[in-house]
Amino acid sequence: MIRFILGRLIKAVFILLAILVFNFLLIHAAPGDPAAVMAGEAGAADEKFLADLRARFGLDQPLYMQLWLYIKGAVQLDLGYSFRQQMPVAEMIGDRLPATLLLTGVAFVLSLVLGVTAGVAASARQGRWGDTLISTFALLFYATPLFWVALMATLVFSVWLEWLPGFGYSTIGAGYTGMAHVLDVAKHLVLPASTLGLFFTAIYMRMTRASMLEVSRLDFVKTARAKGLTRGVIQRRHILRNALLPVITLAGLQAGQIFGGAILTETVFAWPGIGRLMFEAINQRDYNVILGVFYISAAMVLLFNLITDVIYVIVDPRIRLTT
Amino acid sequence: MTLLSIRDLSIALPMGADRLYAAKDINFDLAPGEILCIVGESGSGKSMSANAVMGLLPQGVLPDKGSITFDGQSILGLSEKEMLKLRGSRISMIFQEPLSALNPLMRIGAQIAEVFEAHGALNGSERRARALKLLEEVGIPDPQAAIRAYPFQLSGGQRQRVMIAMALALEPDILIADEPTTALDVTTQAQILTLIEDLRRKRGMAVIFITHDFGVVADIADRVIVMKKGEIVEAGPAQEVLLKPQHPYTRALIDAIPRLTQTDAPEQVERAPLLKVEGLQKTFSTGSGTLFGKRRVVKAVQDVSFELYAGETIGIVGESGSGKSTVGRCLVRLLDPDGGRVLMDGVDIAHMSGAELRAQRRKLQMIFQDPFSSLNPRARVSRILTEGLIAYGTPDKEAKAKARELLELVGLDESAMKRFPHEFSGGQRQRIGIARALALEPSIIIADEAVSALDVSIQAQVLDLLAELKTRLNLSMLFITHDLRVAARICDRIIVMQKGQIVEAGPVGKVLHDPDTAYTRSLLDAIPGQDYERALAAAD
Repeated sequence: MIRFILGRLIKAVFILLAILVFNFLLIHAAPGDPAAVMAGEAGAADEKFLADLRARFGLDQPLYMQLWLYIKGAVQLDLGYSFRQQMPVAEMIGDRLPATLLLTGVAFVLSLVLGVTAGVAASARQGRWGDTLISTFALLFYATPLFWVALMATLVFSVWLEWLPGFGYSTIGAGYTGMAHVLDVAKHLVLPASTLGLFFTAIYMRMTRASMLEVSRLDFVKTARAKGLTRGVIQRRHILRNALLPVITLAGLQAGQIFGGAILTETVFAWPGIGRLMFEAINQRDYNVILGVFYISAAMVLLFNLITDVIYVIVDPRIRLTT
Repeated sequence: MTLLSIRDLSIALPMGADRLYAAKDINFDLAPGEILCIVGESGSGKSMSANAVMGLLPQGVLPDKGSITFDGQSILGLSEKEMLKLRGSRISMIFQEPLSALNPLMRIGAQIAEVFEAHGALNGSERRARALKLLEEVGIPDPQAAIRAYPFQLSGGQRQRVMIAMALALEPDILIADEPTTALDVTTQAQILTLIEDLRRKRGMAVIFITHDFGVVADIADRVIVMKKGEIVEAGPAQEVLLKPQHPYTRALIDAIPRLTQTDAPEQVERAPLLKVEGLQKTFSTGSGTLFGKRRVVKAVQDVSFELYAGETIGIVGESGSGKSTVGRCLVRLLDPDGGRVLMDGVDIAHMSGAELRAQRRKLQMIFQDPFSSLNPRARVSRILTEGLIAYGTPDKEAKAKARELLELVGLDESAMKRFPHEFSGGQRQRIGIARALALEPSIIIADEAVSALDVSIQAQVLDLLAELKTRLNLSMLFITHDLRVAARICDRIIVMQKGQIVEAGPVGKVLHDPDTAYTRSLLDAIPGQDYERALAAAD
């Protein structure tokens, strides 16, 4: 097992480097650069001003040199400097990461727990009204665009009912501390987290339901019945455990996105996370920030893929490890 | 004294099924310590009747008439909760496919302990100790290791032993065995049958044994019930039903059993070999064998050589894992052999590739075991039959005409062209599989367990068809099977394989009646119903 993990990690380093180079080239292939954007915002800019900016940012050097410098830094976890914000990129990401992790992490756990529970409940009532009800809701959430759900949720719960705050991370200027602060953040979290989680809840539900029904037709379930086990035990111990295998794969995919933030949700709810950071950085051609976010999220996707594989091996003894 | 008594039982099928009743007016009794065999072809309702006793009928299928009385208690009226108490403790069951009948994610020990748990018997450590003893009793080689193993780590025979251990855990009065040996090869089958017989004697347990194999019936049954389309057509003591069958259906079934003794001497004709296999090798390995992961190597085929003459049928027999299927797959190049030569008309096809291989490939066609999964469920028969021809450049219209001819050849109606595989029965599907193989006008047919999934009567028809086609089209055939009776019926020569190697080869009469090796002898001895066959022959 340890050998397997080590082998995968070594591979991951090379994949990460490849992603880094690819992203770097891709971004530089796009028209415009940070100097041009800044000069544009400053209004009257002449050639000399532009050249000065480029020299300061190191953009006047040949591309391979820039790439080399960037990779050298990235290996040492130095993600460069945002000339736009006059801050080191690592620090900027560090500032935003907790908010994003809170949002995506809560959405992840919420959707997984809700989705699997609803899926099990629906499969146990196959073909009856309970199943139809759950399946209808799942289909609805699955089919509705995220931004629309977000806007409607704000409209209903924040504007009309005034139950929950519609945007931000905490109440600005309230200066809450201790439990009051936690509660305040939690209130702000409800709408964005449930909006973000809904889509995956629907997917987990549908997958769990289908998988439970498929497994329940297998022979070993009949064996379990022939043993005289009760329905509940059969559902939990025999059907659910086997039915969760495909759900784990999907959960691994979603978990990989946790660090990438959620551009749409964060934008609509003005959530100060990575997703919004990236959105702004793209608009401003802030190369180092964009690359930094890509770098972190690529690393996380690789890490979570590995974790998913390890979980798979623990859950399913039939799977053997090969790198 | 009767333990179980079934009176006028009818089991209704849901609306829209092909008949109204899965089983109709079923009557039988079971005495303690008795082995009752229920025989019938697929769809005869034999499994349904047994499942009704366990209260394990599929959804929508319900007994609507009659009674089942177990130990003085009427079962049909019982609530689910009362049924739970009977299931697994007083009546237990084992199934056909021992791999899928065990939960793949649970250790063997835990699955056995579950039976005690379900009925609140014993505590944790006692359950483990009992599980160990049970595994020992059913003859698992290393119970200490087996109790910690997962199902996929055991062989087919061992898995069925585990199933039996589980069924016996609470010393039931009745064991229902639903085709428990059908998925096993002959030697393992013989061992499992002996085990069931032993346990019955030691524990005085009654057994309902469901099977389609009359050889098995002859070896273990005290009494026999023959079912056809949901109804009992004949019932009585084993000797009477087997040797003096009254009902024409029973007689037809018995006549359809391929006989070991029924071997015609092959015509001796000197011809040049059509196919020459020299030193064929195939090794499977898992794991990269480099820095990460241990390498596991299985030598599936080792140094296999033989010659196939025009118009000849060679049977390759052996237990599961003997490498017989791998040989077939290497010949049609579904697998790439690691070494050796395969000479077709003097050309080595073992290491060909691309266009060259394509040109040779049509001369060798394969028929597969499972007529359900070997036909594309989303393709109409016309496409299944013409695909190969069109791939080799036959115009669409010509291919269609040819397909219609082929259907007629294999005894199917032209209207089959427009239908999908699921609209046919197992035997019909296998006919389509044969037509598909013949479409490219091959000179050699490789049939991999081509009749193993079929009922005896259908099996007989398909074998007759193959024999007839063989002479009509002057085909050579390589017939891969684990069933020596089938081999006896259709083959001219037989090759016996064990662990990837040929242990014996020769004319069918010689190999089956006077084998040179102990291994072939042991395979032959394991065939069920041999005494019965001799008795039948004597009666003729």
